[in-house]
Amino acid sequence: MRPSRKLVFIVLATAALLGLNQIFEHGFGNFQVNPYYARIINLIGINITLAVSLNLINGLAGQFSIGHAGFMAVGGYTATYLTVYHGERIAAAFGSTLHDGVGSSIAMIASLGAGALAAAIAGLMVGIPSLRLRGDYLAIVTLGFSEIIRVLILNIPSVGGATGFTDAIPITNFFWIFAVALLTIVIVRNIATSTFGRVLATIRGDEIAAEAIGINTTRYKVLAFVISAALAGVAGGLSGQLFANPLNPQNLNFVKSIEVIVMIVLGGIGSITGAALGATIVTILPEALRTFDQQFPGLRMVVYALLLVLLMIFRPQGLLGRRELGWRWLRVPNRTRIPVALTDATDAVQHTDGRPVDRRSMLGDEREDEDQ
Amino acid sequence: MDTFLQQLINGLSLGAIYALIALGYTMVYGVLRLINFAHGDVYMLGAFAGYFIAEALNLDAHPSIFGAIVVTIGSMGACAVVGILIERFAYRPVRHHSRLTSLITAIGVSLLLEYGGQVVFGATPRFFPQMIRSQTYSLGGVQITNQSLLIIIVAVIVMFGLEFIVHRTRIGKAMRATSYNLAVAKLMGINTDFIIAFTFALGSALAAAGGVMVALAIPRIDPLMGLMTGLKAFVAAVLGGIGNIPGAMIGGVLIGLMETWLGATAYSTYRDAVAFSVLIVILLFRPSGIMGTSATEKV
Amino acid sequence: MKPLVPVLFGALVLAAGSACERRPGPAGDAGGEILVGMYGSLTGDGASFGQSSKEGTELAVDEINAAGGVLGGRKFKLLIEDDQSKPDEASSAVTKLITQDRVVAVLGEVASRRSLAAAPISQKYQIPMISPSSTNERVTQVGDYIFRVCFIDPFQGEVLAKFAFNDLKARRVAVLKDIQQDYSVGLTESIVRTFTAVGGQVLDPVSYSSGDADFKAILTQVRSQKPDAVFVTGYYPEAAIITRQARELGMKMPILGGDGWVGDALKNGREALNNTYISNHYSGDNPDPLVQTFVKTYHTRFGREPDAIAALAYDAVKVLSDALTRAKSTEGPKVRDALATADLAGVTGRLKMNAKRNVDKPAVIQEVTFANGDVKFVYRATINPG
Repeated sequence: MRPSRKLVFIVLATAALLGLNQIFEHGFGNFQVNPYYARIINLIGINITLAVSLNLINGLAGQFSIGHAGFMAVGGYTATYLTVYHGERIAAAFGSTLHDGVGSSIAMIASLGAGALAAAIAGLMVGIPSLRLRGDYLAIVTLGFSEIIRVLILNIPSVGGATGFTDAIPITNFFWIFAVALLTIVIVRNIATSTFGRVLATIRGDEIAAEAIGINTTRYKVLAFVISAALAGVAGGLSGQLFANPLNPQNLNFVKSIEVIVMIVLGGIGSITGAALGATIVTILPEALRTFDQQFPGLRMVVYALLLVLLMIFRPQGLLGRRELGWRWLRVPNRTRIPVALTDATDAVQHTDGRPVDRRSMLGDEREDEDQ
Repeated sequence: MDTFLQQLINGLSLGAIYALIALGYTMVYGVLRLINFAHGDVYMLGAFAGYFIAEALNLDAHPSIFGAIVVTIGSMGACAVVGILIERFAYRPVRHHSRLTSLITAIGVSLLLEYGGQVVFGATPRFFPQMIRSQTYSLGGVQITNQSLLIIIVAVIVMFGLEFIVHRTRIGKAMRATSYNLAVAKLMGINTDFIIAFTFALGSALAAAGGVMVALAIPRIDPLMGLMTGLKAFVAAVLGGIGNIPGAMIGGVLIGLMETWLGATAYSTYRDAVAFSVLIVILLFRPSGIMGTSATEKV
Repeated sequence: MKPLVPVLFGALVLAAGSACERRPGPAGDAGGEILVGMYGSLTGDGASFGQSSKEGTELAVDEINAAGGVLGGRKFKLLIEDDQSKPDEASSAVTKLITQDRVVAVLGEVASRRSLAAAPISQKYQIPMISPSSTNERVTQVGDYIFRVCFIDPFQGEVLAKFAFNDLKARRVAVLKDIQQDYSVGLTESIVRTFTAVGGQVLDPVSYSSGDADFKAILTQVRSQKPDAVFVTGYYPEAAIITRQARELGMKMPILGGDGWVGDALKNGREALNNTYISNHYSGDNPDPLVQTFVKTYHTRFGREPDAIAALAYDAVKVLSDALTRAKSTEGPKVRDALATADLAGVTGRLKMNAKRNVDKPAVIQEVTFANGDVKFVYRATINPG
């Protein structure tokens, strides 16, 4: 995209979002957005950011993190803390307050920036030890990390402990949520089509081969992981400062991380629009099943779990697979599949004790084992 | 001194619980390289199966050792069947897909059992009948209940039993072969499908035994009881060296001791974070766990 | 980039378009049924509270409808939403009840953290919310549309601490709090404050987490400090196991707890429950005919004794119907004004709203006993506020 077109895009997107935001907040003539739908749409936006950012590490880099809620918590609590305890002062420095557009915008940007930074640091701390290892370990470590964060939050009274951060000031609105969602999509998509993205694709295809051709796999994996964590942190900052949506350790547990995984798996792991689609469906579905729930309390979650298992059995590549949704199918270079021959090169790989290593790559969904 | 010894006993009893569940985890991982997230939930099902059998036998009013054995075996049998069904209908269809697919399927099965449990059993905690009346043995200032003692003994027996099955029997040999290389094992005439089903049945039966034992000592059972305990047991398995049977025992006891030790300090609120913090530290310095074999890969 | 943008925007515009509707008039009051919303934890870890709440609410609604309804024969229609015991689900549920279903009032929740998450919505749309049993002080501080019909944690803590000091003659006590429950944390604070103020000594509070099953480590620690009494401020599932494990460790001192102890699974504690005391909202053996009728009809319908949660949910509905009758309207502000002056007799005592939208109610102290496989709460004392 040429610079001038980039600028036009940014201006248009901002204008469109601001316009929609106006309609969302104040209605349009005689029409007004139903607040219940508005809430769901806002939650969709936050979930899109979460899903697309997780897709960077789970989809593009082929690693498996199940601790996204932990990063969301780190970023969210940092951001909300900043606004609650220093927001007025930040706004005052610009001659404004948190209750007008300028002040709240500055507080929003400052808090999201702080949230992203905190989550990125957390990502670095978790990523360095665990990304040196292969396979399932990252899954377990990220899971453990998010549990540790949850326990830490419970022990900090200034952010509400078990009550949740109910002091949060509701400065998040439609504009910020979708501006971030859009930005996340642009960032992840640009990574996917860059050299960095191709390196990640190589790592996903075969880590040992990637190392053999001189790629410092740990470094790239950690970088992807840190970016993913930072974006999750921003999503947390948006979520925690949304009206009547206080952060709560109970909402940011293992189950939330799984929910984000379900989003990207449903949409098609590795697909950016797929992740966005998955986020939309996973947010709407439980709400749509509410009526159903009044007759059979609890059953909707069973249906949800069952869908997940059935999806894995019958369509493990998700709704979109690795394709992207658009006016025309996007021709993303990284979509070129890793040749099967390359993946099979690992047949020769063995543990030091002579045991062959598990040859099934984490994401080798194009390949079927020959012994079936 | 009394306090210290008491805490040691407390830690051992708690650790034995984790160890009992970790043993099943580690065996399934050893054979299939699959983190069976649903293992903790099978443990929950085991406790509930035991609960229903014990209620049917009215053991709360008439406690008996014989009844307790019937309940344990019944629950193990029920869960073995559940384990086979899970393997057959959820894991086998995705076995040849990517590892990620298997992992997500495992998570899905785990959620299904948890939410399904909430619908079928209700989310309210139930209390497990006292099939064996609680008795406290006192030695000096140190107390231990007969139920805690039972858990420790059962965990040790199970550990040796599993070691025997895996290393001294024909089926154990087949399990190891399957773990080593599924395709080659099949070529050697091993019915790998049967071996995997057997592994699941055995693992699930062990989880059920664990469920009944734990429910005896801590009678509160609910559909979500397997979640945290299962995760910690898994951490114990990784800590000890995943796939290694004595390792699971050591990992479980270590976590139990550490949680107990921390619980006794001013930082008791951080107890739930211990297992995971230790895990991260261990992975930094010894990625294969305490008893695990080195997994350095070479080309 | 190019293909993504139009798709995203298309989706957004569509979503925004479908979400638009005609600006509503005053809360849909065309006569006919009066819609009342209830949100509660029907599933998840707080399910037993949600269940009790639901039963108490349904019983009261049916009684009112059978008696001819309110506002000249209009019947209540109850809409119940599950929040899965999650605060953010509670917000979604209440947003739906208020803005989609257009209820005239919202009933709920039990857990303070979920009430706190949803209360700002009621406040924003000026729809009164009555929490039956959230005891955290901050709930009604959210705004003037938020009410409750139970006492608050500081009062309960005071009652318990004074009972331990004066009646049980305890001078040195230990407090076990559930770090995951804001209720327990709040109750602990007030017990520590009061007990220290009356001249007792409180050992450093020890913490555990909901869902824990092994408490021997912290109990052994407590035992070594030889307290005269122990407070367990969490909910019944853990309280039952804690008392049991305490007795197994040879701890024979009295154990005290709050209203969170009331629940079926407390039976788990078995013989260990002897020599334990709780503070409670109401006592089922209160001879007041109002209470006895309630206990009887509840038992006929649901086959079990009502617990305090059910009784409070029942009272919350009664308070609402009384307010509607006096307001002669279903408009939010008018109902709010009527609620603010509520003063009626409920099964959990006199329900007189104070300036902070809380009720000043007495608490009862009950002794817990276990015999013949069942828990009994024996009435010990009534303690009035002030």
